Amino acid sequence: MKLIFILAIIPFIGFLGGIPFVNKVNPYILGMPFILFWIVLWVVITSGLMAIIFNLDPKNRRENE
Amino acid sequence: MNAALLIIIASIIFALTIGIRARKGKDMNLEQWTVGGRGFGTVFIFLLMAGETYSTFTFLGGSGWAYGKGGPTFYILIYGTLALIMSYWYVPAIWRYAKEKKLMSQSDFFVSKYNSPYLGVLVSIVGVVAVIPYLVLQLKGLGSIVSEASYGAISPTVAIWIGVIVLTIYVMISGIHGSAWTAVVKDILILGVTVFLGIYLPLHYYGGYQPMFEAIDQAKSGFLTLPSQGLSISWFISTVLLTSLGFYMYPHAFGAIYSGKNEKTFRKNTIIMPLYQLILLFVFFAGFAAILQIPGLKGDEVDLSLLRLSKLAFDPWVMGVIGAAGVLTALVPGSMLLMSAATLLAKNVYGVFVPSATDKQIVSLAKYLVPVVALVSLFFTFKSGTIVALLLMGSSMVTQLFPAMIFSLMRNNFVTKQGAFAGIILGEATVAYITLSKTTIGTLFPLLPQWVKDINVGIIALTINVIVMTIVSMVTKNYSVSNKKTEQVAS
Repeated sequence: MKLIFILAIIPFIGFLGGIPFVNKVNPYILGMPFILFWIVLWVVITSGLMAIIFNLDPKNRRENE
Repeated sequence: MNAALLIIIASIIFALTIGIRARKGKDMNLEQWTVGGRGFGTVFIFLLMAGETYSTFTFLGGSGWAYGKGGPTFYILIYGTLALIMSYWYVPAIWRYAKEKKLMSQSDFFVSKYNSPYLGVLVSIVGVVAVIPYLVLQLKGLGSIVSEASYGAISPTVAIWIGVIVLTIYVMISGIHGSAWTAVVKDILILGVTVFLGIYLPLHYYGGYQPMFEAIDQAKSGFLTLPSQGLSISWFISTVLLTSLGFYMYPHAFGAIYSGKNEKTFRKNTIIMPLYQLILLFVFFAGFAAILQIPGLKGDEVDLSLLRLSKLAFDPWVMGVIGAAGVLTALVPGSMLLMSAATLLAKNVYGVFVPSATDKQIVSLAKYLVPVVALVSLFFTFKSGTIVALLLMGSSMVTQLFPAMIFSLMRNNFVTKQGAFAGIILGEATVAYITLSKTTIGTLFPLLPQWVKDINVGIIALTINVIVMTIVSMVTKNYSVSNKKTEQVAS
């Protein structure tokens, strides 16, 4: 139960904690300035984390769709 | 009449037709009209919620911000994502409670949780005041899309009138069913259009993304990152946090939660929705592409950057498709905004002061309030000028409802109805004062370091709200203990 909360906090640290360190244009990755790439990367990571949370959370096993 | 106009008109007729057809076979009581009989599955909920994030404001405003402000625009990608993470826990809880108590509107939630109809009146007023500028913005967007796409053949004024009439008719007839079905078409169209523009424009004018960004960086050094003051790092972080709390607090977004079939739907959606946010990237790309091609747009005009560049690049029929997509992005959120404002006024304001009103009377009143709210918004649309200020104020206003909402979901809620009431009132007063007097942390405390000055001033209103709420709740606690006990037994 605790684990899913820790997983949920990770993106907050990644997005917001990361910003002061990634506020720059170089290097370009996938054609994007580094700051934008960082944000996009974390959006994708968040989606993955939510998938893990969804599967770990016992609440989702109890109910049927 | 050109090809663009024909396509736009066809799309309006189409939206109207499916809006009207969507009600077939359904008895339109208030529950069907406003929360779709709580029967929407994963796909519909996804579309309604995603449709919310995809308003005209994002389509035109997102590209406009990219064009005019650069790097700070990226906050839009983050706040939605973080809001979705938090929503994994609180949205299913709201849904469960709403279903158990048969709630219809956002205010019903506060009425039921705090056992106070007058708190519901307050929340309704906050909601309606916040919704109107949002609606005005949709209408303005609609006007500029149609007039740009028709190459000036239809003036913005005429376009706005047509838009309001279409919107009103279909909201009155089909309620949320119309929104959900139009959302399906709109999402496919807007998805196609934005991805196409976001890929084509940078490739066509610059030969790729990196060359485009490099050219912008060379022409305007520092434009693609956050500046050292103003919209700086501390502004960025505080704004992301603040806006992510407000994400579901608009009455129409909150109300859409009730239309889900089960709570798992919402948890499941948090996996896909962040990825869906990435479509916004293409909106930004289109705005960035316009910077060096259509230089010199100022003020409100930045919102036209996407349309102006498209006009330069494409044949009229492509403009027609872009225009049609734009019209639908205004109609879907617009209809939800109208509907929730009308429901709030009928049920949570009129219903409180006239307790003898029957359900049937409330439904018909809500429907007849739709054109009234539409006309009020129309008035503000033509009497423009302070819209952006109003919109920012609206979003800060709904965020003030967050503390009372989140505490009410906790098992031992210490907040009393008096506490919630006082907190919201003082929070709103602070927001109004700050917005109207254009206060920033910098003007309040000129000696603080720059990074503190840049922090979003909305944080102050929220802090005052929570402090007042806590103090008043402590003072009134003994008085309401009996209330809370019955509440716990019931849940």
